[in-house]
Amino acid sequence: MTRTVIVDFGGGNLYNVRRACSHVGLAADITDEPDVVAGADALILPGVGSMKHAMNRLDGRGLTPVIRDAVARGVPILGVCLGLQLLMERGTEFGDYHGLDILAGTVTRFPVTDAAGDLLRVPHIGWSPVQPAPRKDWTGTLLATVPPATAMYFVHSYRVEPADPDVIVAFAEYGGYEFPAAIQAGNVFAAQFHPERSGEAGLRVYEQFAARVRGVAELAPVAR
Amino acid sequence: MSGLSGHGAAAMNARVIPRLDVKAGNLVKGIHLEGLRVLGKPEFFAREYYEQGADELLFMDVVASLYGRNNILEIVEKTADQIFIPLVVGGGIRSVSDIRDVLRAGADKVTINTAAIRRPEFIAEASQEFGASTIVVSIEAIKRDGKFEAYTDGGRERTGREVVDWAAQVVDLGAGEILITSVDRDGTGEGYDLELTRLVTAAVPIPVIASGGAGSADHCAAALHAGASAVGVASMLHYGLLREMRVDRSGIAPEINLHHLERPGFARVRGTLLSELKTSLAERGYYSRVIAA
Repeated sequence: MTRTVIVDFGGGNLYNVRRACSHVGLAADITDEPDVVAGADALILPGVGSMKHAMNRLDGRGLTPVIRDAVARGVPILGVCLGLQLLMERGTEFGDYHGLDILAGTVTRFPVTDAAGDLLRVPHIGWSPVQPAPRKDWTGTLLATVPPATAMYFVHSYRVEPADPDVIVAFAEYGGYEFPAAIQAGNVFAAQFHPERSGEAGLRVYEQFAARVRGVAELAPVAR
Repeated sequence: MSGLSGHGAAAMNARVIPRLDVKAGNLVKGIHLEGLRVLGKPEFFAREYYEQGADELLFMDVVASLYGRNNILEIVEKTADQIFIPLVVGGGIRSVSDIRDVLRAGADKVTINTAAIRRPEFIAEASQEFGASTIVVSIEAIKRDGKFEAYTDGGRERTGREVVDWAAQVVDLGAGEILITSVDRDGTGEGYDLELTRLVTAAVPIPVIASGGAGSADHCAAALHAGASAVGVASMLHYGLLREMRVDRSGIAPEINLHHLERPGFARVRGTLLSELKTSLAERGYYSRVIAA
């Protein structure tokens, strides 16, 4: 029986992440206990809110080294929204500060104006199409059963800028700015959008994660 | 960018948010936020809207008492177990602990109105605890002497606060979004108050959801064009769905007398299906959640 753990660092709606897991047959616990996180077969890092706050909580609970160790051991990881941003090396909100430093790169806020110079409302809230990164398809990622250009639900004020562009598997656009919508690096997959809020298409991401957790090879598209 | 009809470089991101007013476990609707009529079971309407492409769902508890809260939380829980799009819940939310209960039940965002005007620091506390994007400040506006004044308690209590000033203030306090409702237009089907929409959207850098008065896709497009990032729609969709289901309403509204819908002269709001509304907006270049064919 695999143990999936949703890490509670005070971010966002953990209960809906758990509901999505449950819907695809993946039992998951919500916790901030380092021992439980360390013993997990799979980890989900969800979140809504401030990177700075989240890191304070993770550091405060001693979870930062535990999560970094889980990544190094090849534990399947799913990052959602703030969870993606936390993977990065550092953020630039109210001055420089560190993330989990699992991926080199930074986290920066959307500009206050769009590419045409008009007001850009932030947070970016809404459904936007997600496209494969150039010269990539989604085979082997958690988007394997999602058609390109499917709209997913985003709510965020920041976007990630990985130092290695090769980890980016999907892009989306807001205000004329392209930004990474999903990354995959080995056992780590993270989405800027909320797959648990993106309807049936989003649930496919959880299905793929469930398959990965159970050690099963890529699922064929599920008939609905 | 490609893949979606009508979606080009100039396409605008927009959201259509059906608003479900709930009282004692029933979906209700009034005009100017009063004279509530029971229309049916909220769960049924929620599922229909989800399947027709709702971007989010907004549940408003119009009783705002403890008894009412338990009812709406049950509805939210049942919805959250089956429907995986953002759920926004409001009505009588007064404390951080209330917000926690509502999020646990399945809400992704909460709206606060009365509690925020009475004690603005509540917005800051809530925003810091749960994240700015979780906190939607709801403002109910009535035009008096040429200005828009904020009201609380379902459009009944004056606050003396000017809407635009208050809207700017809530942004500083940490609100992630504003829901602006024209009480004057609510339930009338005469269209959103575009002057109100323009004034509020021009005053803040965060997304604004326009609500109150939608009767057609044209109205929704006009509100989006006036600066709204999303539109709340109630009467137009509820009556549209009920008319569509004229023949068999047993699932949606058992034992409820809906004959008033057939009476000539009743219909201030003719009604539209959500799926048709979404198609119409997409044709005008507003893209949002798309239901795969």
